[in-house]
Amino acid sequence: MVITTTHFLILSLTLFVIGLAGVVLRRNLITVLMSIELMMNAVNLNFIAFSWQFSDLAGQIFAIFTITVAAGEAAVGLGLLVALYRLRGSVNLDAATELEG
Amino acid sequence: MNFLLAHGPAILFYLLAVVAVVGGLGVVTLRNPMYGAVALLTTFLAVAALFILRHAEFLAAVQIFVYGGGILVLFLFVIMLMNLQRLPQEERYVEGAPFALAVVVLLGVMLGVLLAAARFLGAGSNPAALTSVEGQVAGNTEAVAVSLYRNYLLPFEIASIFLLVAMIGAVVLARRD
Amino acid sequence: MRWLWVIPAAPLAGAVLNGVILRRRIGHRAVSAVATGSVLVSLLAGLGVIGSYLAGGGAGRGVVWTQTLWDWLPAGGLWTTHLGKRLVDFKLAFQLDGLSAVMVFIVTFVGFWIHVYSVGYMHGETGYQRYFTYLNLFMGAMLLLVLGNNFLVLFVGWEGVGLCSYLLIGFYYDQPFPPQAGRKAFIVNRIGDFAFLVGLFALVSRFGSLDFSTVFSAIAADPAAVHQPYALGLSFAGFVALCLFLGAVGKSAQIPLYVWLPDAMAGPTPVSALIHAATMVTAGVYMVARSHVLYDQAPEILAVVAVIGTATALLAATIGLAQTDIKKVLAYSTVSQLGYMFLAAGCGAYGAAIFHLGTHAFFKALLFLGSGSVIHAMGGEQDMRKMGGLRARLPVTYWTFLIATLAISGIPPLAGFFSKDQILSSAFPAHKVLWGVGLATAGLTALYMFRAVYLTFHGTFRGTEEQAAHVHESPAVMTVPLVVLAIGAVAAGWVGLPKLGGWDWNLIERWLGPGYRHVAKGAAHAAEHAGVGLEAGLMGLSVAVALAGVAIAWRVYGGTRGVEGGAAWAHRFPRLHRMLENKYWVDEAYDATVVRGTWGLARLCRGFDGRVIDGLGVHGARNLTLLASYVSGFFDKYVVDGLVNLIGVVLQALSRLFRRLQGGLVSQYALVMVVGVFMLAFFCVLLLTQ
Repeated sequence: MVITTTHFLILSLTLFVIGLAGVVLRRNLITVLMSIELMMNAVNLNFIAFSWQFSDLAGQIFAIFTITVAAGEAAVGLGLLVALYRLRGSVNLDAATELEG
Repeated sequence: MNFLLAHGPAILFYLLAVVAVVGGLGVVTLRNPMYGAVALLTTFLAVAALFILRHAEFLAAVQIFVYGGGILVLFLFVIMLMNLQRLPQEERYVEGAPFALAVVVLLGVMLGVLLAAARFLGAGSNPAALTSVEGQVAGNTEAVAVSLYRNYLLPFEIASIFLLVAMIGAVVLARRD
Repeated sequence: MRWLWVIPAAPLAGAVLNGVILRRRIGHRAVSAVATGSVLVSLLAGLGVIGSYLAGGGAGRGVVWTQTLWDWLPAGGLWTTHLGKRLVDFKLAFQLDGLSAVMVFIVTFVGFWIHVYSVGYMHGETGYQRYFTYLNLFMGAMLLLVLGNNFLVLFVGWEGVGLCSYLLIGFYYDQPFPPQAGRKAFIVNRIGDFAFLVGLFALVSRFGSLDFSTVFSAIAADPAAVHQPYALGLSFAGFVALCLFLGAVGKSAQIPLYVWLPDAMAGPTPVSALIHAATMVTAGVYMVARSHVLYDQAPEILAVVAVIGTATALLAATIGLAQTDIKKVLAYSTVSQLGYMFLAAGCGAYGAAIFHLGTHAFFKALLFLGSGSVIHAMGGEQDMRKMGGLRARLPVTYWTFLIATLAISGIPPLAGFFSKDQILSSAFPAHKVLWGVGLATAGLTALYMFRAVYLTFHGTFRGTEEQAAHVHESPAVMTVPLVVLAIGAVAAGWVGLPKLGGWDWNLIERWLGPGYRHVAKGAAHAAEHAGVGLEAGLMGLSVAVALAGVAIAWRVYGGTRGVEGGAAWAHRFPRLHRMLENKYWVDEAYDATVVRGTWGLARLCRGFDGRVIDGLGVHGARNLTLLASYVSGFFDKYVVDGLVNLIGVVLQALSRLFRRLQGGLVSQYALVMVVGVFMLAFFCVLLLTQ
């Protein structure tokens, strides 16, 4: 059977939803950050699929940049996590409710 | 042999898809972030292989280097250096998790329905375009490089500045004072 | 005639000068000079005017000199009264005729000598200036009264003397009793004045004017008109006559409004002499005489006048018999003698009434001044029981007092005899009963007056050692007026010698003119026929009665018997004596009925004002306002504020609702963001596929 772009898109969707679920459902900040990376991977997959479909390199280029951004964001996010851990002594998201109001 | 040739890509695809999904589930489900990081790694690798299936070889390499060798390592460093405990049993999921799960599933279903309505005209129109430079066959890396340094130079430079800023930001945030 | 206005103006100017302009800046000498001087000016002006009037032959022929000063109430033509008469202007004008001439002379002459006496009597008193101011004010008002040519000016003077009486009775205002007595005088007077005013209103409504000439000539022209029935079952003339007479009853202290006069003795003695003996109280008699044209048309009222006069004369004489305060004796004597004057007027003998007014002015003023001299010598003592034997120590006072007593008792040839005799002989043909009572009263008069003389001047001295040391004759400034008045008491009667045997030496009647000797129909005829014999017989009878009174007084009080004599008789008739001593308890009766009744009415009104008007009106308004404010406050608190609070509550509820969006849970925020993004994307796609 031929693997069409649609297969890739479904996979991408699946990974994206899983990642989204992780972001929304998990208490551990590390896990949340990792879920975000998962989501970005799903998006990259999407780009690549369409890039092949329309024979346009732009998709791949964009994916490069997405990876770049993901790296930067992971760095900053982990920095935040470190700061939070130092402040609270824990990475339990449910305990960090200073933004309540 | 024919069977492999005929169904090889499909089998590969499904295999890799399953690995990726399992890995993803692992990230979201596992209590210990260390295990989660490992699961994430398998997902990265599976995705990288999937990139190759679609003639994005350079990107697959970048994926492994950056994601697997950089980001994941960073995660592992942080996990190990901070000695992050795994949270007790009842604290794995957030308050009101069922509701949020339902919402997410609903969204997923919605997108799925949308997706199912899409029709794509057969295979990719011109796979060769992904690997050629100015009409000459050169390989994906060269094609990407030429396109990147010619057409997308500005975003490239901005991306590097972005990385610089992110680095500084990370250092400042993590500073012990 | 041009100087007519000076007569009342001079004392008024003196009052203004002493009371208003020169307050507290001049010494007593200057005050007395101003006061006495102004009265002297008035006297001289009066003599001058009267002299020229007599010289012009005006006397006895009804000639009237009028001097108009200015328009006072230019009401002329303003509207028409309900009886169809148009109003005329009311002017301030004076008139001089026989009657006013006599009055002017009496008032200024006696007034002048009393002023002189006052200088000595009030020497060293605080309020000296005030005293003379009031006294001058009184003179001015009295002269206005007798000189006015219309009832309005007369009434102004009438009220003015009432005011001065009040001021002077209450002269010693730091003591409790004098102000009370002053108030009593004023209020009792006011009752009479109310009736007086009603009479004036009736006159205005009928004649449109209050001028004597207008009113009296209108009545004389059409006497029948005033006999029409008018009010209270009386004719018009009768009604007005009664109203005016009621005013006279108040002013001249007749029954039932005489009660103020004895209490008025709380004022200084010269005041009692001038106001309550010689002048103010005679204003009522003057007014009746002036209005004789009216009274002649109301014979039933004349009868009332005569009866009241006689009754008063008798009542007062009996009370005077039992009084121990020398001034009270003289006060009741005044009331009694005024009764005589009204008796005369009531019998139509207005001339006789005026004649007695004149002689009475002299001897009563003299009696009061003499008593003042005694009181002064006794250091303020007025109780006769503590006097006695003063004739040796106070010779001038004694002899002048004696002359006056003889005069009042009607002993010829002194003044009182002629005037009293004329009254009695007028009464005899008119009302024999009243004549009889009058005769008896004459005897009582002699009795109580000589009682006073014997108790005060004869016998042994009954006072304290201190008083004995202090007794001395008064200074010349006080004794000279006594002497002058004594001369008057002797000679004043000689202007009214009766018509005996064709001689008509009755100058006073000649001066007053015709009309002043109205005699009842038929009686004149009888009198003419009775002639000399009747006249002489009546005269002899009155002298005999008087001498009898003197003799009885000698028997009881004379020699050394003094107070014990009186006490013996008091023991024989204890109840009678008590009744006389307590003045028939008239004051007490008035107090129980009228005074308390008025207090009750006042309390009722006060209660009404307090409970109904204040309660309903003021407190009611207060309560209503409070209620309104409570309601408004309630409304504001619960409704208005409630609405405002409701907004707040709603907002709070809403915000509580929305707050849940920000639970602080990062994952919650993430979920919301996700949902939002998906919705956006969804709509975009929807739009795109359209």
